[in-house]
Amino acid sequence: MLPAIAAPPQRLDQPDPLDHSFAQTYIRAYRWMLLARLTEEKLANLYRGGKVQGGVFLGKGQEAVSVAVGISLRRGDVFAPLIRDQAGRFAFGESILDCTRTYLGSRLGPMRGRDGNVHRGRPDEGMLPMISHLGAMIPVVAGTLLARKFRGQFGTVGATCIGDGGTSTGAFHEALNLAAVERLPLVVVVANNQYAYSTPNDRQFACRDLVDKAVGYGIEGHSVDGTSLADCLEVLGRAVDQARGGGGPQLVVASLLRLVGHGEHDDASYIDPALRNSSLGLDCLTLAEQHIVDSDWADGAALAAWKEDAQQQVEEAVATTTREPAPDPNEEDWCALASRHLRDGFVTE
Amino acid sequence: MITYLEAIREAQARALADDPRVYIYGQDVGAFGGAFKATKGLAKEYPGRVIDAPISEDAMIGSAIGAALEGMRPIIEVQFADFSTVGFNQVVNQAATLHWRTNIPCPITVRLPSGGTSGAGPFHSQSMEALYAHYPGLIVMTPATVEDAYSMLLEAVAIDDPVIFCEHKYLYYHLKADALPTEATPTGKARIARAGRDATIVTYSAMVHEAIACADELATEGWEIEVIDLRSVKPLDTDTVLASVARTGRLLAVGEAWPWGGVTAEIVARVATDGFGLLDVPPMRLNAKDTPVPFHPNLWGTHRPTARSIAAKLRDLLRL
Repeated sequence: MLPAIAAPPQRLDQPDPLDHSFAQTYIRAYRWMLLARLTEEKLANLYRGGKVQGGVFLGKGQEAVSVAVGISLRRGDVFAPLIRDQAGRFAFGESILDCTRTYLGSRLGPMRGRDGNVHRGRPDEGMLPMISHLGAMIPVVAGTLLARKFRGQFGTVGATCIGDGGTSTGAFHEALNLAAVERLPLVVVVANNQYAYSTPNDRQFACRDLVDKAVGYGIEGHSVDGTSLADCLEVLGRAVDQARGGGGPQLVVASLLRLVGHGEHDDASYIDPALRNSSLGLDCLTLAEQHIVDSDWADGAALAAWKEDAQQQVEEAVATTTREPAPDPNEEDWCALASRHLRDGFVTE
Repeated sequence: MITYLEAIREAQARALADDPRVYIYGQDVGAFGGAFKATKGLAKEYPGRVIDAPISEDAMIGSAIGAALEGMRPIIEVQFADFSTVGFNQVVNQAATLHWRTNIPCPITVRLPSGGTSGAGPFHSQSMEALYAHYPGLIVMTPATVEDAYSMLLEAVAIDDPVIFCEHKYLYYHLKADALPTEATPTGKARIARAGRDATIVTYSAMVHEAIACADELATEGWEIEVIDLRSVKPLDTDTVLASVARTGRLLAVGEAWPWGGVTAEIVARVATDGFGLLDVPPMRLNAKDTPVPFHPNLWGTHRPTARSIAAKLRDLLRL
């Protein structure tokens, strides 16, 4: 493993000796994106080999905006990622083992086999575990910030991600409105990947641009090219800074295209070829690598070494996880309550 | 004298006074003091801790979950239990699953002004306890007395799990006690509201008082009817119910909620499966009619069980 990228991840509030320039931030972000891409490719292979229970949901094409969220946050901030946020999760501090253990059903993972794949988190470390109902995490993040406001604790930010489809939910609307009323330091990042599962945007909303919704809530809106890591880092950095500085909620809308199916079960045949061939269909990871080379920030040997390092981390994590025990129904504690004495004792149980 | 509603207000005042983690969030709960005045004066007494929310039940309850993760003890007032359907997703999918999924507790209290009052109609009268009790991970309280309204609400705030607190609007002003209680029966323990030997009525919330009135009426005919107040429908104190049926041999389960499924069905199922031999005659249930709750008092008074309809059912049970 190389320094500056190896776990435990660095945060921007813990100055890294290498992290004094935009180039170094860019490279760190690129390497998290790379690790996310390779992790997900491995998960997809395992899925195709029948080694994954349940679904596999990939973030291919969304790594740039995702990593820009994670890397803009600090320790003490709150992050509720959505299904295509592996890069952001890594940048925020999730270990690769949390990912592989949850996907592969290890009892040692944070969800202990009780929940799987992307439904994972560590709330006591500021990473909230998503539920499947879209929009539902936004009010929860708002609530963490409301609590901090009550306590007079300022200077932290809560961020969460959603897709174009999720902007149609009541929870999205209610939470953005509530956050605006309370002027909470909330950053909501919409990855507008043009499709909600198979439903195109013209069947999802009728506004000119999703960022226009910000005006309706009385909050700041930002648009960003989701294929450009540089653009994502700049815009997300600014949005997070503004929220942290007391500027209230921020809505960031990234334009991009999902380069995979909704899940690995989905061949995405519904995606319009014209979109695939447009600038939206460019791969943010390839573009970022090209940008590094064009800027002379690293040579081919360094890029190859980064890939090898990431691949090794993935292989090690999967190898470790596959040796770990699965949950055992006979040892499972079948009690949903924290207050065990209040469990309902139906006597035929 | 203190009313059921005042007891709820006093419990919240005490929770705010005793625990800096407590705050109250809901529509009109601030300076206005709540639609029913359950938070009257509290915003002034506890500045910044009793806060008006936008009309957003999903976001109100979702935000309470986030605040609980930060170590707070939120009390959410939903203006009418009926409106909690808008926040249902946050309760049953987020709050109820959180501890099981992550081992991190979710101590929120959601107050639901529940049940029917004359003239309130289909959308201000519902009894939601069975819906919430169906989901693992929730505690569902249904206090029937001034004392329980006070002590159970304080316990709800202290419990490390999400608590659905079904307070009955009909009891708000009708029910009075001499003073607030100084001791409390723990949640999960039912109460024998009236002792008897000829039949057992198992019920909860406002129906406890209809059942007691019915038992008083039947006492004039020489029947001694036992009335059990469940206090909480989840957990449900099956032991106390079975012990009572063992004494009386006859069971009538009464609820203000609708008849399909629900608390009364659960009681009958438990007694039938675990106490079949205790029954001298088949058990009976009495619920509201299987229609929306009607507006007009003439219809409403017939839609829900009353002391009179319970007595009619009970006479059938005793004749068997």
